[in-house]
Amino acid sequence: MADFEPRIVAFLCHWCTYTGADLAGTTRQQYPPNIRIIHLMCSGAVDSIYVLKALIDGADGVLIGGCHPGDCHYQTGNYKARRRVAILKGILQQMGFTDNRIWLKWISASEGKLFADTVTKMVDDLKKMGPNPMKQLWNA
Amino acid sequence: MAKKATVKVIEGKTEEAIIGFLKSLLEKGVVEAMVIPKALPSQDGFVQTLIRDPEKLNGVCVLSPTMPVQSARVISNLSVKNLGMKVAAILKACEIRAAVELAKFLQVKLENLTLIGIDCPGTFEVPDYAKMVQEGKGGEPLRKELLKSMEKGEISPPSGYTFRTACQMCEYPVPQTGVIIKLFGYKADQEIGIEIGDKLEKEIEEKGVLSFSDSEPASRGEVVNKVIAERTKKRDALFQEFKEIVKDLQSFLDRFSTCVRCHNCMVACPICYCKECVFRTPVFEHDGDQFLRWADRKGGIRMPTDTLIFHLIRMSHMVTSCIGCGLCDSACPSRLPVATLFRSVGDRIQKMFQYVPGRNIEEVPPVAAFREDELKIESGAL
Repeated sequence: MADFEPRIVAFLCHWCTYTGADLAGTTRQQYPPNIRIIHLMCSGAVDSIYVLKALIDGADGVLIGGCHPGDCHYQTGNYKARRRVAILKGILQQMGFTDNRIWLKWISASEGKLFADTVTKMVDDLKKMGPNPMKQLWNA
Repeated sequence: MAKKATVKVIEGKTEEAIIGFLKSLLEKGVVEAMVIPKALPSQDGFVQTLIRDPEKLNGVCVLSPTMPVQSARVISNLSVKNLGMKVAAILKACEIRAAVELAKFLQVKLENLTLIGIDCPGTFEVPDYAKMVQEGKGGEPLRKELLKSMEKGEISPPSGYTFRTACQMCEYPVPQTGVIIKLFGYKADQEIGIEIGDKLEKEIEEKGVLSFSDSEPASRGEVVNKVIAERTKKRDALFQEFKEIVKDLQSFLDRFSTCVRCHNCMVACPICYCKECVFRTPVFEHDGDQFLRWADRKGGIRMPTDTLIFHLIRMSHMVTSCIGCGLCDSACPSRLPVATLFRSVGDRIQKMFQYVPGRNIEEVPPVAAFREDELKIESGAL
């Protein structure tokens, strides 16, 4: 699977992880270019439908980045995101989709390095896993 | 503590004894109207009927053997805007549980409602029951037979028929509510039980509707447990069977290949209450160019592309509150095991949050709450 370049769709919250990604850039951290970032105000705004639509329509992994527990700009958005992700992953697992392709990660605005490391690790893991079978279900 | 009463049945007419009790609730002003199943003029089906005149209670069918719509929806319609009278609703356990869930989502207002539950032997599919009536296997003789069999909890459908799958695997034959009409463990041709919760017991005693004896047949607990054990066994067997068929998403799609995307399961579901459902918005109406880009990248795509996402999204909306009434099953034109799917996924998710939908109005649905120290699922592992 040497040629396989995974495609990651990332939903990042404005106050922490998106700013963290920005810091990764300004401090010249290197990370693989496999990620497409979608900028949201809060991880609590991530609907399961966004995640599933991404995975079914072509992403190999989805990263949801939010503030550390207790740090949410809106107090509780990240806790709600966590429950939603847990429910979604539980549904998929019960239906036999056990791949770890949905990542929830708390990365603060000051953790540029952590953002770069997370993306690097995720790309590595997804490369090992191979292409997402879910996106092939609709191939004719 | 709930108070217990025993109602004597005269000349084996169990239904009349129950109707007598309901009538006195109306006549003595405990409630001012009543929602209760009544046979259609054709006699081969039942609908919930809103009754004001106590005389109209004659001929109602408390133990209606079908469930054409989820009555939680009926009482949602009735109560959510301006219900200025005290109304009682005679419901099955699953309908009460659905009503409790809907109340949590502010779709049922319980202030003026008295939910009266009745022990449930199970229900039949609507077309099955209509056929039974044609064949002379339905109607009062069937209900008498069901009532009789509930004494020992050995309930069997008329030959050639089965109870709805959801009923066969329902572990809640006994409703949890303020007023319960009890049939399991009772010799229904002689007596039945009624249990009244804290809220109404005083009023019911003062108005002389019932006198409490606080006794019930010694065998009731055992009979109920037996019924629950049998159904739990059936449930686990169906879950297991389902797990063997649905091993991954592809095998799920293979099993659901006959899904015609009618969205009936969603329409019938009492928990799917959104007025503006995402599947009725243009969310999935992409530009032609977009579809072409996908087709270009993959060589070709099947259209429409929404079977999998429909079921997954619907589940992410309702599984935490799925009470297992199985109306989705009944509504499916392709006879897909949708109820088994939703229940088996629901089971997993509800256990994750130790949440039992419909058990208690005070319990907050998992999607509406969180704990700070839970779910260590960062970067994957669950």
